Amino acid sequence: MSELIYKSAAQLSESLAKKEVSAREVTQAHLDQITKVDKAVHAFLYVDTEGALAQADQVDAARAKGENLGPLAGVPLALKDILAQEGIPTTCGSKILEGWRPPYSATVVKKLRAAGVVILGKTNMDEFAMGSSTENSAFGTTQNPWDLTRIPGGSGGGSAAALAAFEAPLAIGSDTGGSIRQPAAVTGTVGVKPTYGGVSRYGVIAYSSSLDQVGPCARTVLDTALLHEVIAGHDDYDATSINAPTPPVVAAAKRADVKGMKIGVIKELSGDGYESGVSERFEESLEILRSQGATIEMVSCPNFDYGLAAYYLIAPSEASSNLARFDAMRYGLRVGDDGSRSAEEVMSMTRAAGFGREVKRRIILGTYALSAGYYDAYYGSAQKVRTLITQDFAKAFSSVDVLVSPTTPTVAFPIGAKSNDPVAMYLSDVATIPVNLAGVAAMSLPAGLSEGLPVGFQIIAPAMKDDRLYQVGAALERELAAKWGGVLTTKAPKLNSSAGA
Amino acid sequence: MLTYDEIIEKYEPALGLEVHVELGTKTKMFCGCPTEFGAEPNTQVCPVCLGMPGALPFVNERAIESTILIGLALNCSIAPMSRFARKNYFYPDMPKNFQISQYDEPICTDGYLDVEYETPEGMKTFRIEIERVHMEEDTGKSLHVGGATGRIHGAEYSLLDYNRAGIPLVEIVTKTVLGTERYAPQIAKAYVKELRDILRALGVSDVKMEQGSLRCDANISLSPRGSGKLGTRSETKNVNSLRSVERAITSEMHRHAQRLEAGERVVQETRHFQEDSGTTRSGRSKEQAEDYRYFPEPDLLPVAPSAEWIEQLRAQLPERPSAHRARLQQLWQVPDKEMAAMINAGVVGIVEETVAEGADPTKARTWWLGEISRLANEREVEVAEMPITPKDVAEIIALVAVGELTDKLARQVVEGVIAGEGNPKEVIAARGIKVVSDEGELIAAIERAIAAQPETAQKVRDGNIPAAGALIGAVMKDTKGQADAARVRELLLGLLA
Repeated sequence: MSELIYKSAAQLSESLAKKEVSAREVTQAHLDQITKVDKAVHAFLYVDTEGALAQADQVDAARAKGENLGPLAGVPLALKDILAQEGIPTTCGSKILEGWRPPYSATVVKKLRAAGVVILGKTNMDEFAMGSSTENSAFGTTQNPWDLTRIPGGSGGGSAAALAAFEAPLAIGSDTGGSIRQPAAVTGTVGVKPTYGGVSRYGVIAYSSSLDQVGPCARTVLDTALLHEVIAGHDDYDATSINAPTPPVVAAAKRADVKGMKIGVIKELSGDGYESGVSERFEESLEILRSQGATIEMVSCPNFDYGLAAYYLIAPSEASSNLARFDAMRYGLRVGDDGSRSAEEVMSMTRAAGFGREVKRRIILGTYALSAGYYDAYYGSAQKVRTLITQDFAKAFSSVDVLVSPTTPTVAFPIGAKSNDPVAMYLSDVATIPVNLAGVAAMSLPAGLSEGLPVGFQIIAPAMKDDRLYQVGAALERELAAKWGGVLTTKAPKLNSSAGA
Repeated sequence: MLTYDEIIEKYEPALGLEVHVELGTKTKMFCGCPTEFGAEPNTQVCPVCLGMPGALPFVNERAIESTILIGLALNCSIAPMSRFARKNYFYPDMPKNFQISQYDEPICTDGYLDVEYETPEGMKTFRIEIERVHMEEDTGKSLHVGGATGRIHGAEYSLLDYNRAGIPLVEIVTKTVLGTERYAPQIAKAYVKELRDILRALGVSDVKMEQGSLRCDANISLSPRGSGKLGTRSETKNVNSLRSVERAITSEMHRHAQRLEAGERVVQETRHFQEDSGTTRSGRSKEQAEDYRYFPEPDLLPVAPSAEWIEQLRAQLPERPSAHRARLQQLWQVPDKEMAAMINAGVVGIVEETVAEGADPTKARTWWLGEISRLANEREVEVAEMPITPKDVAEIIALVAVGELTDKLARQVVEGVIAGEGNPKEVIAARGIKVVSDEGELIAAIERAIAAQPETAQKVRDGNIPAAGALIGAVMKDTKGQADAARVRELLLGLLA
């Protein structure tokens, strides 16, 4: 029974379809695992036991009636707490939203429900998705299941840790500068940031609107593709959503063939600052792809060097405006409303009490960057860099099919190691940020271990060519899994209820 | 204190007008909520217009269409690509604490509107140049409860109604208007009136100033003649009627002149017009310019209307009001002087609607320019704002034509309708107004008049026809004015022949 938690979503899907197992059994097994290990991992902010079992029962009833169900019907999923789910506490990792139960659901949540996916609960994250470690969550840090003294990445550390701790076979993340891919890399899981506009942002609490993108997370490339197909597609409620068919990601994951493909290695995303273990796993993966028939060449994207700086102007600028709505007037925390204070004073006191340090830092940064007299020098220049980076990608993709790099320069670092050094923390995302600035698609998948900790391999594809990520990723995964005797997460130390602090 | 003439002699006024128009779309600018006026507070709201976390805006296509129509009617260029921008500031009735507006890339730019105004030297045309027409969303409404003033200071608490939040607004901004000289207040009023007529003809808004669907901010400055530069301006808000536009500007011109004469400087600030006193009071000072941190709205794509669409909309434009008026003048055979009077009173459109309801153009004009204008003056409102419809007036004219009302009775009916007693039929029924057309009743009244004034009757019998007036008057009095005077005269002369 407990073996159910080690199965992939694709395997569960098959067993469910054959009625070898019920959705209730699958859901209960994962709820049991959450009960068993989440005290140590703290991947979840809220577990919807009743709701999840009720959904599972609905799927079982529908299946019993012979209704036509989607492949993921009855498969459990962990939802990042950045997505609004009607009636379910949604905090975005912030005190300012503590206790808020949204009156509506995000489009992605509606799609998941329609597909019969069972939502187990909401996962931990850095407050408003600002961070690379979940240490900025107002509700405590998530521990990396590979080593509970280390960070699980961020901002979507909760979703990635839930996968690595076998609390869920599927998870939803959001990626503004690497918040899906960096946690995937440091937890040995798979995460995809789809093309900007490929998945609806409606109901996803905005951090940086022009960079945010929701995406699928899982332990295998195929599972990630199955989830990708469920959540993607045009949405009238998101004006930036692309009105075109979703690339055939599941078919690509099944094809898993790189013969004749041209793969470009980004020169700027290697060398100095990348741990040797990370570089070694990266080189080994390249060798596998070459042996599978791909051509590897070096590609230069000179403007990537300015990506981090541009990101830390654009994202905070948009955030300073997006987060203005948290003002105590309509929902969430309200501080100082004792009848003697003005609305402005209550707004100010609420924001002072409700936002954490990193969020305040970015609001101040963004407010400054947008101010009259500074706009051109900061926000304006950053937008120019963004254009240059987009051009770097366009040029690179004119000669190669996909680009690759290590996902992160290092493996998971110890909790607390960078919490007082924001710039060191920001550097965790140096290889993932250019992707968001250009709106292209990218995947991180496990490339092996360095000193016992997972290393991530990043694949980048042009906009609306998300299928290429899965085609290349699945080919690489097949070879690596054969070498490891299963997906990397099966090598993670087994957690038990006594584990952890 | 300087007289108005002295002010104009020493200073040159410069005008600037910002008009906000609530579009009459069925749904809001960025969500599907209805826009109906007067609904229960917070019943026309959704996650988008309440600024719920995660909610995103999507553009109302009809609002863009309406804005392009306005731009075309105002001779503007329509930008092939324009952008929404966020205007960031904190205010409780603004759900997101930013307003989605347009900033450096508005949809319509560089237009003009010709305004005709009858001066003592004859009809003149003033060209008001339009700087931009752009789209934005309205805010919610705050209601401050307690305290003496109903304003935020001193209030015990405030209530927020977000029904209005997200209603599409179009802002029409003029360039600085020079050269209106002593007619600055009147030209400003004429401009707003002309603009209102155009918007009404386009069918894009119900343009009701009293309900706030058309709002005007009037900027005015005075510069000493020959100084070669503009003076400091004030911006007057809360100008809720056409008449107030004229009054507010006149009042500001006096206030500015007084300060300048006293050697004081005019403070650049927002002022509020006060209907009762006809003066303005200081609002918030704009000396420290607020930094709205505008930046392109990342949740919306640029607006890129195709050339075909623009041309399609151009083809839909109704006749320009000035051309329309010229055509009507021809059609109705109205002398220039009379036409000018109609334009200045702002009744051309109403007269036209009255004619469309079947009334004779001359009669329609006479009613609106005469009796109804007189009553409007008594009430100090614009003729167009009188609570009587073209249909009512046409009905009354028709009743006079068939002899069911006399002119005198018709005036009573008009008065009744304006007093809110109902439509003409209802007023006639309620007041028991009817022409006494029963000949027996009339003859009885005439006989009573003859009996009461035997000498007068004798004079008439002797051929002194004008003397009949006194008898007719008595009959009319007897019948409470409900008789047809011409018929009374006929019957009287017959009896005394």
